[in-house]
Amino acid sequence: MTDLVYFVPLLPLLGFATLLVVGSRLGEPAAGWLATLAIGGSFLAAVGTWIGLVNRDEDDRVVEKIVFEWVPAGRFSVDVGFLVDPLSVAMILFVTGLGTLIHLYSIGYMHGDENYAKYFVYLNLFAFSMLMLVLGNNLLITFLGWEGVGLCSYFLISFWFTDEKNASAGKKAFVTNRVGDWGFMVAMFLTFATIGSISYVDIAGTAGQLSTKVATGIALLLFIGAMGKSAQFPLYLWLPDAMAGPTPVSALIHAATMVTAGVYLLTRVNAVLYEASGWATNLIAWVGVGTALFAATIAVAQNDIKKVLAYSTVSQLGYMILAVGVGAYVAAIFHMITHAFFKALLFLGSGSVIHGMDNDQDMRRYGGLKAFMPITAATFIVAWLAIAGVPPFAGFWSKDEILLSAWDTGGLNGRLLWLVGLITALLTAFYMSRQVFMTFFGRYRYADPDEDEVTAAWSGLVGASTESLELATTTVAAATAEVEAADSPEEKAAASVNLDNAIAAESEARSRVETAREAQRTRPIPESGEPNDAGVAVDFLPETVLARAEHHPHESPWQMTMPLVVLAGFSVVAGLLNLPFTKGLHFLEQWLEPALAHEHVITTGAATKWLLALIAIAAGAVGIAVAFRTYIQRRLDADKFERPVLAQAWYYDRTVSDFMGGPGRRLFDAITWFDANVIDGAVNAAGSAASRGGNFVRRAQSGFVRSYALGMSLGSVALLVWFVLRISS
Amino acid sequence: MGELSATWYLLLSAAVFSIGAVGLLVRRNPLIMFMCVELMLNAVNLAFVGMAFGLNDIGGQVAVFFVMVVAAAEVVVGLAIVVAIMRRREGTTADDLSVLRG
Repeated sequence: MTDLVYFVPLLPLLGFATLLVVGSRLGEPAAGWLATLAIGGSFLAAVGTWIGLVNRDEDDRVVEKIVFEWVPAGRFSVDVGFLVDPLSVAMILFVTGLGTLIHLYSIGYMHGDENYAKYFVYLNLFAFSMLMLVLGNNLLITFLGWEGVGLCSYFLISFWFTDEKNASAGKKAFVTNRVGDWGFMVAMFLTFATIGSISYVDIAGTAGQLSTKVATGIALLLFIGAMGKSAQFPLYLWLPDAMAGPTPVSALIHAATMVTAGVYLLTRVNAVLYEASGWATNLIAWVGVGTALFAATIAVAQNDIKKVLAYSTVSQLGYMILAVGVGAYVAAIFHMITHAFFKALLFLGSGSVIHGMDNDQDMRRYGGLKAFMPITAATFIVAWLAIAGVPPFAGFWSKDEILLSAWDTGGLNGRLLWLVGLITALLTAFYMSRQVFMTFFGRYRYADPDEDEVTAAWSGLVGASTESLELATTTVAAATAEVEAADSPEEKAAASVNLDNAIAAESEARSRVETAREAQRTRPIPESGEPNDAGVAVDFLPETVLARAEHHPHESPWQMTMPLVVLAGFSVVAGLLNLPFTKGLHFLEQWLEPALAHEHVITTGAATKWLLALIAIAAGAVGIAVAFRTYIQRRLDADKFERPVLAQAWYYDRTVSDFMGGPGRRLFDAITWFDANVIDGAVNAAGSAASRGGNFVRRAQSGFVRSYALGMSLGSVALLVWFVLRISS
Repeated sequence: MGELSATWYLLLSAAVFSIGAVGLLVRRNPLIMFMCVELMLNAVNLAFVGMAFGLNDIGGQVAVFFVMVVAAAEVVVGLAIVVAIMRRREGTTADDLSVLRG
């Protein structure tokens, strides 16, 4: 049965190849269905592999399947092979399962797109790369998959590349990830230089012989790779921008699967992390929890529905990295799986909302949507409860596991890690509740005019009345001229009546202008949460407002809602994978045991565990309650939380851009100069020296046979003289 | 000095070799130069035979056979080239044939 593993990456690869050739001829929706079928088949193969592994003896659940020897080069040898063990099987199950649902969703979401088939080409290629990444039996195959998913991510972020913004978001993701890839590559070199192999089985077997320094180096370099892929500070920058891609892509690649690759990689080499210095793993934990808190604060002030989810993803990935840092690999994988379910659900739900709201992503214009989109709203609420840490939803169990592991590392360090994680949990509950309340509850706000639109309406009113005043003034002038030009007394009398009327109209118009100006000046500023009121200027609102008033939000088609319902089901029950109550309920931990030799063992007592869980629940409840008072009851001012510094992501992104555009740019220019002049100069100098030397020596070749003969003769004589002198001396 | 020692042979050989060498350097007619090369080869042959006689060693005479065979082969190729050149460009000297200069 484990031989079925070959089909797991093969089917998406075949799907990719077929779609590449005939995709555009298949068109919509056949191309989408073919792609879905490929990944669906891959899911079935993954289930078969899993069953095959379950049937094996518990001590015998690590199987290497070598396809062929790829790079045989002396001591260095790399196979194309798969490592089938509990960890990789857990990964392929959720990657293919989730992938199938999101492919299905995409059939509905991408409806009517002109590059419909191309989208599915990329999506299948992504699935193939991701499966190679998790199934590879050595670092190089994983690296290939790692680059493959990065490439697909780039393609899909800039899928609508005609918009400059999307294209540069793709480039940003690609370039930022290069930094991380550098770490991965150097780690690979170092692993080969010290262990002599890059296969995971060898690494796990011989990591114990590594010196602490080398292990620390490898661990930190791989962590740099993970920082890039899993969007950790300071390399998280690309992920919020990656939301430029289609929403199902955000769900699949930038929330559920690709971004967890860094966590997977660190878990895979847990033997090396175990040998590394304590400060290194502690650094990993702090970067994780720091990123979690940092991103959560930013998510509080975002108004774009997908940006909130993007920062939320960065934050949740921080939790997983924290778990890896404290050695709680099971908790990391557990949270990865539950997060994949509820975050994919959140993204797909937001995609459904965006789809129903005419591609408007601004949450300030949503509100009350639960009446229009009942299925989307219900499933979104389930995901919200899961991520906010409300028991018994999935997110609560996995997040609690991580917080407990952090606490359990002991000492002040462990307590602080736990505390920062707890604050993040509170913020998470707050910003997710804010999102749900703004989107699905409260008043339907889509037809409300914006601040700018109201301002425009008022200037429109003032402008119109000023214009009519000008018209009245010209009428007065014309009437005056008529009076003066009148010949007879009768005509004069009639003209005077006209003049009086015109003057009256003018003064009336003047007073109207004054009224309009006054009204514009004193127009009421709406209470927080109340709509902007255009008042008497209502007729001058721009047409966009009227268009929005005409719009009717609608629920999405079944291809989109069906995955939502399935994912909502998983978001409720995924906690069952690893319930904390008794050892017998730790299914995931028992399953992963053969792959994780260095799992941190929890020693905290049961009473403390309960207390920590209660505190975590309380934190979540506080977050939800504050959001409820702010965004439903409007008792608290939202501006207190939505600080500009948070909306601008602590100005970090801008600082980096400014640095890279200013001093960074000059530095790179200098390096380019050095490369062009010094490095290339040395190479070119060697070349031209040879050329010039040749030109000089060339003159000896005169073409005169007799001068050659003379040379030979003189040479022979010289040799002869030398020999004779040598013999005689 | 009634006896003919190897020294005489060697002196004669040196004389013939020098004539050949100088002829090669000073004449411009390819055919003459070719003959000078032959002179030099045969001078060497003479030296071989003289030494074989002086040292009472048959090896020198064996070497001569090899030289003669190679010289015969060389004559075939060399003369063919000379004839080919003469057919194309009548009255050519060796100094005119300098198209292969660097």
